[in-house]
Amino acid sequence: MQLVGAKSSQRLNDVGEGSVSLLPVEPEDMWHANNLISPEDVIKAHAVRKVTTESKTGSTHSERVHTDLTIRVTSTFFDTAASQLHVSGTVIVENSFVNIGQYHTLDLELSRPFTIWKKNGWDSVATETLKESLKQDKEGTVAAVVMQEGTANICLITEYRTILKQRVETMIPKKRAASSDQTSGMRRFFDKTLTTLMRSIDFGSPRPLLLASPGFVAGDFKRYISEQATKKADKAMMAMAKEATVVHSSSGHLHSLNEILKSPEVLATMKDMKFSKETRYMDELSARLRKDDGRAWYGASTVVKAVNEGAVGRGGGVLMINNSLFRSLDLDTRKKYVALVDRVRDDGGEARILSSDHESGQRLDALGGIAAILTYPMLGLDDDEDEDEGDGQNGVIEEDLII
Amino acid sequence: MSRHQAYRNYDYENDLDEFDGEEAYGEEEDEEELSPEDKGTVFNITTTLQPPVKQSDTDPHSAQMEAGTIQVQDALGLQASKVTAAQIQEALWHYFYDVDKSVAYLVTKHIASPEPKAAKTAPVQKNKGEGESKAQFSSPTPHSILDLAKSSLEQILPSPYAYGGNTLAHTSRSVAGLYLGSLYGITDGQADLREVTPGSYQSSKHFSFADFFNDMPWGNIPKDRETTFIAPLYPRGGLLGGADSPKKPSKLRELALKRKQKAEEQKVGSTDQDVQGTTAQMSQLPSPPSKKPGLGTLLADRKRKVGDLGQVEIPPVTKSSPEPSVKTPLDEPALELAMPSAFAQTLVGSAPAAPKAIPKTSYQLPYMAFTSSVSEAFSGPSPDDVVLSAQAKASNKKLASSSSKKTAGHDVKMDQASEGVKALNVDDAPLPKSKNLDVLKEYKNSKAKKSVSFVVVGHVDAGKSTLMGRLLLDLNVVDQRTIDKYRKEAESMGKSSFALAWVLDQRVEERSRGVTIDIATNRFETETTSFTILDAPGHRDFIPNMIAGASQADFAVLVVDASTGAFEAGLKGQTREHALLLRSMGVSRIIVVVNKLDTVGWSQERFDEISQQVSGFLVATNFQLKNVSFVPVSGLRGDNMVHKSTDSAASWYTGDSLIQELEESQPLARAVDKPLRMTISEVFKTTQSPLSVAGRVDAGSLQMGDALLIQPSGEKAYVKSLEVDLEPVDWAVAGQSAIIHLTHIDPIHIRVGDIVCDLKQPVRCIDTFTIKALAFDVLMPMQVDVHRGRLHAAGQIVEIPAVLDKVKGTVLKKKPQVVKPGSIARVVVRLGNKMPLEAGQRIVLRSNGETIAAGLLE
Repeated sequence: MQLVGAKSSQRLNDVGEGSVSLLPVEPEDMWHANNLISPEDVIKAHAVRKVTTESKTGSTHSERVHTDLTIRVTSTFFDTAASQLHVSGTVIVENSFVNIGQYHTLDLELSRPFTIWKKNGWDSVATETLKESLKQDKEGTVAAVVMQEGTANICLITEYRTILKQRVETMIPKKRAASSDQTSGMRRFFDKTLTTLMRSIDFGSPRPLLLASPGFVAGDFKRYISEQATKKADKAMMAMAKEATVVHSSSGHLHSLNEILKSPEVLATMKDMKFSKETRYMDELSARLRKDDGRAWYGASTVVKAVNEGAVGRGGGVLMINNSLFRSLDLDTRKKYVALVDRVRDDGGEARILSSDHESGQRLDALGGIAAILTYPMLGLDDDEDEDEGDGQNGVIEEDLII
Repeated sequence: MSRHQAYRNYDYENDLDEFDGEEAYGEEEDEEELSPEDKGTVFNITTTLQPPVKQSDTDPHSAQMEAGTIQVQDALGLQASKVTAAQIQEALWHYFYDVDKSVAYLVTKHIASPEPKAAKTAPVQKNKGEGESKAQFSSPTPHSILDLAKSSLEQILPSPYAYGGNTLAHTSRSVAGLYLGSLYGITDGQADLREVTPGSYQSSKHFSFADFFNDMPWGNIPKDRETTFIAPLYPRGGLLGGADSPKKPSKLRELALKRKQKAEEQKVGSTDQDVQGTTAQMSQLPSPPSKKPGLGTLLADRKRKVGDLGQVEIPPVTKSSPEPSVKTPLDEPALELAMPSAFAQTLVGSAPAAPKAIPKTSYQLPYMAFTSSVSEAFSGPSPDDVVLSAQAKASNKKLASSSSKKTAGHDVKMDQASEGVKALNVDDAPLPKSKNLDVLKEYKNSKAKKSVSFVVVGHVDAGKSTLMGRLLLDLNVVDQRTIDKYRKEAESMGKSSFALAWVLDQRVEERSRGVTIDIATNRFETETTSFTILDAPGHRDFIPNMIAGASQADFAVLVVDASTGAFEAGLKGQTREHALLLRSMGVSRIIVVVNKLDTVGWSQERFDEISQQVSGFLVATNFQLKNVSFVPVSGLRGDNMVHKSTDSAASWYTGDSLIQELEESQPLARAVDKPLRMTISEVFKTTQSPLSVAGRVDAGSLQMGDALLIQPSGEKAYVKSLEVDLEPVDWAVAGQSAIIHLTHIDPIHIRVGDIVCDLKQPVRCIDTFTIKALAFDVLMPMQVDVHRGRLHAAGQIVEIPAVLDKVKGTVLKKKPQVVKPGSIARVVVRLGNKMPLEAGQRIVLRSNGETIAAGLLE
């Protein structure tokens, strides 16, 4: 995403009450925009609107006009697979085509700038999101195929999210006397997976490819790719086979990505990416939870308590919070969480906002979307949890195609 | 008067007669022999013939009746004396003065054994006089034609599909006739020709399905007691088309037919030879592009699958034309044989076989006689297909001969397609018959051997597969020759010691890597028991397969590698995990086989040490020692397996051999009276059935003809036949490993791991469930793999409502942050997809390649 417009010269630090004009340039930016835009914000963007005019005789005439509209956001919808963001709201600036108060849904487009005003100013979380979205040095995305016999999940791991592009499922005959059936079944499965992979992920420029499976499936698949590449004399495919890394995973389900991202092969290529740090924190959290030493807690109420006690501070305190908690909540809750993040930062701890669209975020989601590693053990934090158990459930909602 | 009118008045009867004897089948020959003029005549007669034409002479019935009678008598020649005038007239009345049909009827009905020759030659004589045109053109003698016809028929007969037009004419006509013929009765003439040539049917044995039973003495059996002929499922050629109510064809069609005829003229000279040539080539034909290739092949494919279920009882019949089918009531005089409208036809189905076999005393409503079902209306190709193919043919003059081959193939394809369409309508095909047995009673009465299944588990490379290979070899289930063959192959791969394992490791991958990947099933019998072996993989990556095996087993054989270092490695590895899984899958009896003891010189110390350690951790995992026994063996050499060890160093062991231990095992109690449940562990095709599933019946019973429900797809299927232990049986009960051949279901609805269940008490598919789980590792809200038998899916622990007391089952702590290993907790799991699960099932939760919990579904 790029800063544009008259204010593009202004330093990011100065972003206060004012507006920011942004130019999304790649699909990932839409995801950032989705995190940035929350209800009650004001968005000005290019729009295509159908305008119907009625003549004196009563005949109607409608046409599609290109115009700039300014709306107050009521809701956003992010299409993960297509990376499209739809922002709905009411028009607040009248022009010749629309009246105040009419509804419109803006489809934010790539290479078309939009301007955003925050109703309640830019808080620390929003500023950080904006900073992140403006980061230019993007690491390349990684394609991964998590497979087992008969199932393959083709996904794209970007810095901020994991996109499940396609799932391939084939029935492979089980062991019978005629084993040729089985072999041909495997070939069919590989063939289907390969064509789907080529179709759903662009290998035009070489990008790393991870093949993960239990047993030998991934290795066989890699061999199959190079076989096919040789047969078809397909340079791109040959390069792809060469780039492919075979990683062991314990199952072919998508959540095995967790193991894959930890594997040394992956860490070597992607150690600086945001998610690998987050994965490390998540691992530390679960290790501590295992030990049950009183230094790891999850769930909103307990974490809030711990933060208020100042337990998440200098010297190893980490607050992990899913960005989904900031997205759709009402303002008060959002403020509460922002205050939580600010408090931790003030205390000298680390506050990490995890992408709920990523593997580590998904794991955090399972824990209620918020967790903390404390600097010192606190016991019995969950004793009176019964009172406000509703809070902890907030994050445990969505599990669609995204990890 | 237009030329057309002239044709109308042409004495077509003679034309028809002339073909009586010589046309063995179909119109192809007749069209070949005819001059263009003649053909035009036939064409016009056949296509434009309408009842009024017949009656164009002013005085209708009585005069016609007389004329008809004479004609019939003529046609019958010498045989005429065998029938009375009254009979003839009755027949004529039935057939609406259609002389040829009447003759056919009379010949089959009243003249016990009609002499083909007589019927044939007589008209031919006539023909010589009148049909000069034929002579001009090509003048094959009637005999030569007959021979030709016969020979082609003989070629055709063996396969009903191979029958098809030998020439362009035939195929195009039959294709076109599929629909138009039935709608317009356009091929009357040809149809009649067939009917009046008894000789030809006899040479072809069965011409149309109904004709096949022609000479049956139906007598005066009332109509309602007559059998219902289910028309065979090939496309309706329209060759026998309706006799008396042709409708004027469309101009387009006329044009098409004329063009086609022209095309034939060009090649007519060579056709005679072609006929045989083409029939011979038919089988090698590349299938021509079908009109709807995707659908067509799909249907054809489907048809093949379903074919033998639905159509078994229908004898293979050469492609016969459909029964005189649709007669448009429009131009018909309000006369006796009023035929249904095309609409009625569509609704009710086509007409039954020519009504000749029904001696009617009174006339029924037309559709009362229709027996075939509605679906037949769609059994032919669509009108579009028909018209398109007719047009394609008509415009394809140049390629006449080659296209004749093609269309012949096309015909076959159509044939299959239309059968496929028929097969699609699954409710229409007969359901497998149920014997309505009281399975439980049968089961109690049966004196079968007890059947027991056991799973072989252990750490990777403990020698599980080799052990079982040896067992099967010593029990003569596999012969030495096979083993020798395997050994040779294995040697060439540098793994000669794997030869025995290859008995069970059949997959190419498994052999090349020397690792069992999937469960292998095999069976053997002793005097008292029939055993099913489930050879599980030991590698940690294939634990899901091992779980699948363990879920089907009554008891387990735990193989422990006694060689130095290997045992210790195994104890840390899968030996322990497998034992844990067995316990959580409800297996309580374990035979511990201490394998490879020969490598440590049959050391008793080693055996005792291993026994002690293993029993230690088995007790720790809640096995009772009385259910655990130890046998020292050498799997590779076979000591103490079937035969006692002959090695003097092993003489200290006096206990049972492995096979004795196996025989002592009792099957678990079978839930035979519960509703049916069976987890599908294999799906495959057999020659017997296009879709068969194998697995162990977990609960309940089933028998042939039962309707079943497949979950999670929720599709219904029927049991066509059953196999237990490779023997065809009528029923199967819980505990048996059965193969079910299914019908009435598409294979896409069935996957390995699905559950076959009772239709009335099906398993519900759920995505959130609670289990009471024993934690082997720390549990917290996390992502897990959920395993239940063959089934495994991704899921997530969403909530841990309580930790329970191990003994009392009371709640110790509500909503714990984590569950410690070894404690029992109530855990709520949500799955990504719905799975067929029900209370009481054993669930295993795994994460990151380790078993973290197992428990019962609540």
